[in-house]
Amino acid sequence: MTNVIEVRDLVKRYRKAEKNAVDGVSFDVRAGEFFTLLGPNGAGKTTTISILTTTLRPTSGTVVIGGRDATKDPAGVRRQVGIIFQKPSLDLNLTGEENIRFHAMLYGLHPYRPFFSMMSRNYREQVRELATVLGLRKEIFKPVKTLSGGMKRKLEIVRGLMHRPSVLFLDEPTAGLDAASRRNLWDYLREVRRKNETTIFLTTHYLEEAEEADRICILDQGKVVSLGTPTEIKSELLQETLIVDAADRAQLRRELEDLRLLVDGEGPFEVNLNGASAHQVIRSIRTPLTTLETHSPTLEDAYLGIVGTVME
Amino acid sequence: MSDLGPTLAIASRDVLKLFRDRPRLIFSFIFPLIFIGLMGGTLQGNLGRAAGFNFIGFIFTGVLGMTLFQSAAQGLISLIQDRETDFSQEMFVSPISRYSIVFGKILGETGVAFVQAIPTIGFALLLRVQLSPLQVLLLVPAAIAACLLGASFGVAAMSLLNNQRAAQQILPFLMFPQFFLAGIFNPIKVLPWYLTPFSLIAPMRYAVDLLRDVAYAGKPEYQKVVLFGPLTNVAVMAVMFGGFLVVGTVMFVRQETNR
Repeated sequence: MTNVIEVRDLVKRYRKAEKNAVDGVSFDVRAGEFFTLLGPNGAGKTTTISILTTTLRPTSGTVVIGGRDATKDPAGVRRQVGIIFQKPSLDLNLTGEENIRFHAMLYGLHPYRPFFSMMSRNYREQVRELATVLGLRKEIFKPVKTLSGGMKRKLEIVRGLMHRPSVLFLDEPTAGLDAASRRNLWDYLREVRRKNETTIFLTTHYLEEAEEADRICILDQGKVVSLGTPTEIKSELLQETLIVDAADRAQLRRELEDLRLLVDGEGPFEVNLNGASAHQVIRSIRTPLTTLETHSPTLEDAYLGIVGTVME
Repeated sequence: MSDLGPTLAIASRDVLKLFRDRPRLIFSFIFPLIFIGLMGGTLQGNLGRAAGFNFIGFIFTGVLGMTLFQSAAQGLISLIQDRETDFSQEMFVSPISRYSIVFGKILGETGVAFVQAIPTIGFALLLRVQLSPLQVLLLVPAAIAACLLGASFGVAAMSLLNNQRAAQQILPFLMFPQFFLAGIFNPIKVLPWYLTPFSLIAPMRYAVDLLRDVAYAGKPEYQKVVLFGPLTNVAVMAVMFGGFLVVGTVMFVRQETNR
């Protein structure tokens, strides 16, 4: 599979800043992939996405998107990408349709016309179709400030896809949305991805959103601290554990130590399986157990483990 | 891809927003009423005969130039406003050049200032300021030149300011002295030596004087009112426009991408 994004040794230091906001970041994104940049606030996610979308110049390093260098040919990159910003970038005083029309003209998709009625039939049909998909048939001609947060976000996504970008950048797109709007938005994005095979580049700090990604890049303090599929990240960093307890804790501890499954504390005991199956371990224990739990790490555990280690 | 369509789209957005802003539209009707009707009327009644020319016509041309220049320059605050409301991101990630974006804003605010100046011309005609149809027609290109100069001055000013509040506080300081140095309400044919250099570098002076070149053409008071001929005014305005445009745009674009 070809790479649609190639980032090499990317560094960004803001003016008057004492340290790098992005500090030697390298990664690739494959065509059609759902790629997530995950990290706590201040990790360098928005700085990275700003450089990738050419709104910010890097201090050093290279970014190539669709074969175009982001520093040498920013216009070439911009033609291939769509962006949904962290903060909504709609003109609230214009209607939804006017915002879409403005975008279409900015990207040279349609010649300039001052009114909707003067636009080509093709454009008018496209807008009506989109409005139906969004459930905004009437509201599309009303000022954007009258729409809900979720509707505004959807409108931005529709606008960002008007020029059929090969990569859609989403910078924390669901921040500030309620649970229902978030789910609704993701259903729509899945549909977009399925239909258009668009590469999705997401930055988020919602782990349940990252869990759906093909690959995750965890960024902390401007550096890549982990990169892989959600399963790889979980298995690389955290082992499955078993939690056991018994009325006779001393005997249980002796047995666990004999099995070379070292444990700390007074009990219940958390046993690191070290690649062994829970079934094997339980069969080897003769002490009657009062508690038995298996614990599979979540992405959140892995993430907190990684970010916590770096912070320490 | 030609940047003409996108530039027009950026420009028309500003004009469209003016028509959605009722208070601003109403103010553009009240403004000439106050200045031309009240100020021009009182000055004409008291000083008109001594000055040897009609003050209503004098103030009309001054207020027209001021409205066009100031409205266009102030309109460029929307460059900063767009940045603060994050709408500028939508423009800055599009494939058109940064220079086309700034030029679109200049064109848009030129249109806005021009629309806002129409009531001034209408009001002057109501007060019987003598203008032939040819003069009204020639006022159009002179007015567009005044708007373009004002807008480019706005770009240069905005490139030095990084937030809307600073722009709203500092811009009046750049405008207010020009009202007097450009002779909006007061004749400046004779100036004390220490004010002459300041008056000569005030861009608004040339915009107003060009309008007076047109409005007073062929009239006996031309020599008493007009400072330079139209060619000199156009030449100075062209040089200033080019300078403001290049410096302002380069600085603004640099500020946007090299943070």
